[in-house]
Amino acid sequence: MDIKELKKVNDPKFFRKHQESLYRALEDKHTTVEVIDDEDPLNTRMILNMGPQHPATHGVLRLVLQLNGEFIEKAKLDIGYLHRGIEKVAENKTYQEFMPYTDRTDYLAPYSNNVAFCGAVEKIANVEVPERAHYIRMIGAELARISSHLLWLGTMVQDSGAVSFFLWTFREREKLYDIFDQIGGHRFTISHARIGGVANDLTSGAMALIKEFINTFPKELKDFHSLLDRNRIFYDRNEGVGVLKTEDALDYGATGPTLRGSGYAYDIRAISPYERYDEVEFEIPTRLEGDNLARYYVRMEEMHESIRIIRQCLDKLPKGPVRADNGKQAYPSKDEVYYSMEGMIHDFMMTDTGICPPDGSESFHSIEGPKGELGFFIQSDGTGHPWRMGIKSPSFANLQVLEKLLDGEMVADTVVMIGGVDPVMGDSDK
Amino acid sequence: MGIENALGDGYFTTKIDSLTNWARSNAAWPMPMGLACCAIEMMSFAAPKYDAARFGSEVMRFSPRQSDVMIVAGWVNYKMAHAVRRIWDQMPDPKWCIAMGACASTGGMHRCYGVVQGCDNFLPVDAYVSGCPPRPDALLHALMKIQDKIRTEHSVTLDS
Amino acid sequence: MDLELSKPLQKVVDGLTEDFSDKIIDVYQSSGDTFVRVEPDAIVNVCKSLKEKHHFIYLADILGADRFTAQERFEVIYNMVSLRDRERLFVKVWLEEESPRVDSVTAVWNSANWFERQAYDMFGITFNNHPDMRRIYMPEDFNYYPLRKEFPLLGIPGSIPLPTSTPDTE
Repeated sequence: MDIKELKKVNDPKFFRKHQESLYRALEDKHTTVEVIDDEDPLNTRMILNMGPQHPATHGVLRLVLQLNGEFIEKAKLDIGYLHRGIEKVAENKTYQEFMPYTDRTDYLAPYSNNVAFCGAVEKIANVEVPERAHYIRMIGAELARISSHLLWLGTMVQDSGAVSFFLWTFREREKLYDIFDQIGGHRFTISHARIGGVANDLTSGAMALIKEFINTFPKELKDFHSLLDRNRIFYDRNEGVGVLKTEDALDYGATGPTLRGSGYAYDIRAISPYERYDEVEFEIPTRLEGDNLARYYVRMEEMHESIRIIRQCLDKLPKGPVRADNGKQAYPSKDEVYYSMEGMIHDFMMTDTGICPPDGSESFHSIEGPKGELGFFIQSDGTGHPWRMGIKSPSFANLQVLEKLLDGEMVADTVVMIGGVDPVMGDSDK
Repeated sequence: MGIENALGDGYFTTKIDSLTNWARSNAAWPMPMGLACCAIEMMSFAAPKYDAARFGSEVMRFSPRQSDVMIVAGWVNYKMAHAVRRIWDQMPDPKWCIAMGACASTGGMHRCYGVVQGCDNFLPVDAYVSGCPPRPDALLHALMKIQDKIRTEHSVTLDS
Repeated sequence: MDLELSKPLQKVVDGLTEDFSDKIIDVYQSSGDTFVRVEPDAIVNVCKSLKEKHHFIYLADILGADRFTAQERFEVIYNMVSLRDRERLFVKVWLEEESPRVDSVTAVWNSANWFERQAYDMFGITFNNHPDMRRIYMPEDFNYYPLRKEFPLLGIPGSIPLPTSTPDTE
C-alpha cells in the first residue's frame, strides 16, 4: 500500500507528519519492490501497530510491523514516548542535584546508575573516595543488578504465558526493597551514592538483612532454574528465536547480556574495572548461540555471580569513613554541619555552587549496568553545572539491535524477543 | 427519565443507588497506564505483598474497554499525551482516573520541555497520589479514596 | 606533544598521524581519556582506517555538543572501543553553525544509525548519506532542536500540541 492509500485507511488524528514519515520509512526499509494488490487478494500483507500502550512492550515502545501472514517482513521501532530531555536539565543543575534524575533513567536498577554518575563526576573532578564507600557501592550495585534481572525474569516469563512467575519474582524483590529501605530510606530510587562516597553507612539492620538475603536467595534461584531449565514450552518458545551473530552484535552496537549471549565477553567490570571490581573474583557468563535462550542463561548466571561478589564484598568490607573529607569536593557529615562553622559553610557552598571541575575538561566513565554499558560523558566549563552531559544508555543500543532482529521472525515471537533484549524505556528515551 | 420524576430521591431510588455504588466500588478494575518508575510500584501494588485484588481490583485489564479506573503512573510527555487521551476516550463511562506520583500530578521533578506538567492538563483526574514513586500503600489509599467517591455517586436519584 | 598514552594508543595515534597528517588537527588528553580532532571531510576515512587497522570495531556512542562559540559551533564526538587492545578513543569534529553537515559513518559501523539520528534530533546536525535521517525522540512535527543552547529549558509554548480536554465527537 502506498502512502495515499494509507491516509484513506487510517487517518491519524495526531502528529500527522510524524506518522507519515514513519510509515514512509517502513516502506523504504530494505528498498521496496512495488506491491500490486492483485498478488495479494486475501490481504495477508498488513501493517500491525503494537502501539505505545501495550501490556507486553515493557514500557512505552511502539513497533510498526509489516506482516506477511504470520511473518514479519520489516519492522520499525518508534521510541521517544518517554523522552524528557534530562540532558538539557543537567545543564541547569549542579552535579549533586542531578543525582535523582540518574535514578530514573534505568529505573529497574537505580543504584547502578547512581554509582555510574558518581564515578563520572569523581573522574572529572579528581575526587578521592574512601575504601569503605567503594565496597558499599559495589554491594548496592550488585543488589540492583539482581533486582533488575528478577523483574526481567518475571515479566518475560509472564509474557510467555506463565503468569505466576511474576508473583514469585516480585516476592523476592520485596525482600530487596526491604534492604534498600534500611540502607537509604526509600524502596528503590534511593540516590544513596554521593559524590565522594555514599550518604550514610550501612546499619546493622541492613547488614543482617543482606546476609539473610544472600543465604536464602540461591535456593530460590535453584527453584526458578528447576522450573524453567528443562521446561519444554519455555525451550520451544526461546530456542532459535532472535538469533544474533557475534559480528552483527558488535556491528550494531549491542551491549550487556545481549552481546554476551552472542559470544563476546565484553564486560566493563573486567575490561576497565571501576570501584574495586579488580579485587573480587567473578566470572563473566557468555554463551555462543545468540538466541533468546542464551540471553536467559546469561542473566541467570549473572545473578549467581552477583551473589558471589556480594559475599566477597561483605568479607572484605574495611572500616573507615564513607565519604571524602575534602569540604570542597564532598558534603561534610551532619555532625560537622551542625556543630562547626566550616562544616556549615561547606555544606552551603556545596548545595549552592557544587563541585567545580576544571574548565574545558571532558571525561567519560561507564559501568556495567544490568542492561549493558551505561556511560556518562561530561564536559565542564568550570562552574558547578556541567556544560554538556551526554548519557550513553544501553537500552538505546539494544533497541537498535532489536529492530534488526525482528525482520524475518514470527509475530508471536515479538513479545518474547522484546523480553529477551530487555529494554527500559526511561533509559533509552532520555 | 421516568423513575426519578416518579419517585424522586425516595427510598427506592436511593437503595438502587447504594446497590450500584456498592457493586461498582468493590469491583474497580484498573487500567494501568504504566509509563515509568511508578509502573514498577504499581506492579508491586498488584503483587502478593500489597495485594490490590483484596480491594476488588482483581485484574489489571490492559484493554480500556474492560476497565474502570485508569492509573497514570509516570511522567506523560507531549508525544505520549495523545495516546493516553485516546485511551481515556475509549474507556466506557463510568470511569475514574488516578494520577500516581509527582510526575503525573504536576510534572514532578521534570520541569523541562518534554514533559506535560501534570496529566490534569488533558485528563479529568479524581485522585492524586504524591510520592516519587509513592509506596504501594499510598496507591491503595488512593484506590480507597476512589471507592469512597464512587459510593457518593448518584446514578438514579435526582440531584435537587 | 607531552601526552602519556598507553602503548597501544600511542601506536594508534602514530598510525593516524602518518596516514592523515594534514587532517588531524589536535590530539589531547583530558581526565585520562584521549581525544583526536579531525577535519569533518576526512571523518569517514579516519573511522574506516581505525576500524580496519586498529580494530576499533565497536562504536559505543555518537554525541553532539554545542560549543556556543561564534566559529565552529557544533561538535560531534565519536566514542569507539578497540576490542583487541581494550582501549577507548574519542574522535571529534567541529562544524559550522550555518547548516552543520558531516558525512555519516553508518557505512563503517551500523550502530551509528540511531546515534546520528539522535544528534540530528537534538542539535540539527545533518549527516550525508544516512539511510534514515528522521527524528528519533521528538515527533517530526516539532520544528526546533532542543539541546541547542538557545532553546529554553521549559520549551516554547505552542511548539507541540496537547490533546484537547474534551473527547472527540466523531
